[in-house]
Amino acid sequence: MKILVCISKVPDTTSKINFVDNNTKFDENGVQYIVNPYDEWYALVRALELVEASGGTVTTITVGTSTDDPTIRKALAIGANDAVRIDADPTDSFFVAKQIFEYAKNENFDIVMTGKETINYNGAQIGGMLAELLDMPFISLANKLDVNGAQATLERDVQGGIEVVEVDFPFVLSASKGMAEQRIPNMRGIMAARTKPLNVIPPTDHNKLTSVVKFELPAPKTGCKYLDPESMDELVELLHNETKVI
Amino acid sequence: MSVLVFVEIKNKLSKAAKEAITYGKNLGEVNVVTCGNASDEVLSEMGDYGAKNILVYRKINEPNDQVISKLILKAVEKLNAEFILLSQDQTGKSIGPRVAAKLEAGHISGAISLPEVSDEFTVKTNVYSGKAIAYVCVHSDKKVISILPNSIQPEENKVDAYISEFDEDLGNGRIKTVDLKPLGDGIPLPEAELVVSAGRGLKGPENWGIVEDLAQSLGATTACSRPVADIGWRPHHEHVGQTGVAIRPNLYIAAGISGAIQHLAGVNGSKVIVVINTDPEAPFFKAADYGVVGDAFEVLPKLTAAINNFKASQR
Repeated sequence: MKILVCISKVPDTTSKINFVDNNTKFDENGVQYIVNPYDEWYALVRALELVEASGGTVTTITVGTSTDDPTIRKALAIGANDAVRIDADPTDSFFVAKQIFEYAKNENFDIVMTGKETINYNGAQIGGMLAELLDMPFISLANKLDVNGAQATLERDVQGGIEVVEVDFPFVLSASKGMAEQRIPNMRGIMAARTKPLNVIPPTDHNKLTSVVKFELPAPKTGCKYLDPESMDELVELLHNETKVI
Repeated sequence: MSVLVFVEIKNKLSKAAKEAITYGKNLGEVNVVTCGNASDEVLSEMGDYGAKNILVYRKINEPNDQVISKLILKAVEKLNAEFILLSQDQTGKSIGPRVAAKLEAGHISGAISLPEVSDEFTVKTNVYSGKAIAYVCVHSDKKVISILPNSIQPEENKVDAYISEFDEDLGNGRIKTVDLKPLGDGIPLPEAELVVSAGRGLKGPENWGIVEDLAQSLGATTACSRPVADIGWRPHHEHVGQTGVAIRPNLYIAAGISGAIQHLAGVNGSKVIVVINTDPEAPFFKAADYGVVGDAFEVLPKLTAAINNFKASQR
């Protein structure tokens, strides 16, 4: 079994989000970067569990600059066999999907995994785009994955329920919560990661179809109005007449 | 300008569908494409929101992303559509990117505003899991936009809808549906206008009755914080926050949730937030519109009673 896991670098979940340069650039000052939780906790860990059980390899792929290397090493420390980094700034989903496609199209992966979204751009686009470019089925928002030979059974979130589906290799999935449990790399993994292959390859030439013009922080709340626990009728009154939500 | 809206119909026209059609009406003449066996009555209801032409593909066996994407692409070609609109729900997330990649069209996922068109075509989306907003500019001629539920208000705009059937056979995709486990008949969290949520302050899953009682009297959907889903008190699909579901209801009531930054990220798009917590220092009060410092076990039943009184007085 040959699995490709797309991983991305994101600010730690506790990061305060600020912008600089007239609100056009993310303020990296004091920010710790991590592997996107959906890519790591669910996609990567499940991929590793599958090859540990039935053999195979797990390759990670990242579109990013050399500042991504520490997070890529973390994925190698958790257990990926090797890593590929396409040396470009990932600012547009189509551009990123095309880069990964150009690499993956000749590699015959059985499963291509992404997290369900990154926690910085929240676009949830790369998996579906890759599936279309590779002409493969896309199982989005999968929270369970079992493999039997060259066939997989998955559970995924759909409108109003959980759908159980079967699909033959090869396919693309996006992983959501529940697919696996977070793994903490051990010292042996961290040492081994130093010498595992991290292949940096140049990007191919593709258009960027979108760009972020500026960022903005949500308007802060103007202040909390406190009510006594005995005054719930007053709260209902306010919800009805003042803010008109009920 | 030609607009194509993909709508998924399960028995009745969802609020998300009405929102997408309304969004389209603001961009140009609205054509809808849908699949399945919806009644003509439901299909023509889309005309109430401005949908002029409705193309329905009835031969579909198993709705899956490959077949639906093909259907949308055929319709785009037929209508020479410039805008392709979907809802940013589970279906939209699996189809929007496919269609965009095939068309080499810029894709805005999770739009929270109508476009601002001056020199450039720009739409607002949530980024950093709701901690910030980005103005995303699309450079391609064709644009695929998926709309975050509860971001715009459906508007009636009655036209006579013309319904036609899509005749070609699009075949089957490779994904085989084996089973569907429904989550109940309630309104799904991302679409819910009213949400009642609780956290570790409730002390155990056996105490959720008071949360459900309040939700029931309001007609609200229930949600929970991450720790509560992680220890198995509540199902994962109820978890709202940065690594769970991001929601933007009109009213979010949170009981026994301290309001960690990751939780706030998923709910700060809510119009009104009510926080109930025993700890007056809980960070959630800073993000709240109304706060009640008190024990959820006492406050929730009182609030439920007050809602019931209010509802009775409205009759």
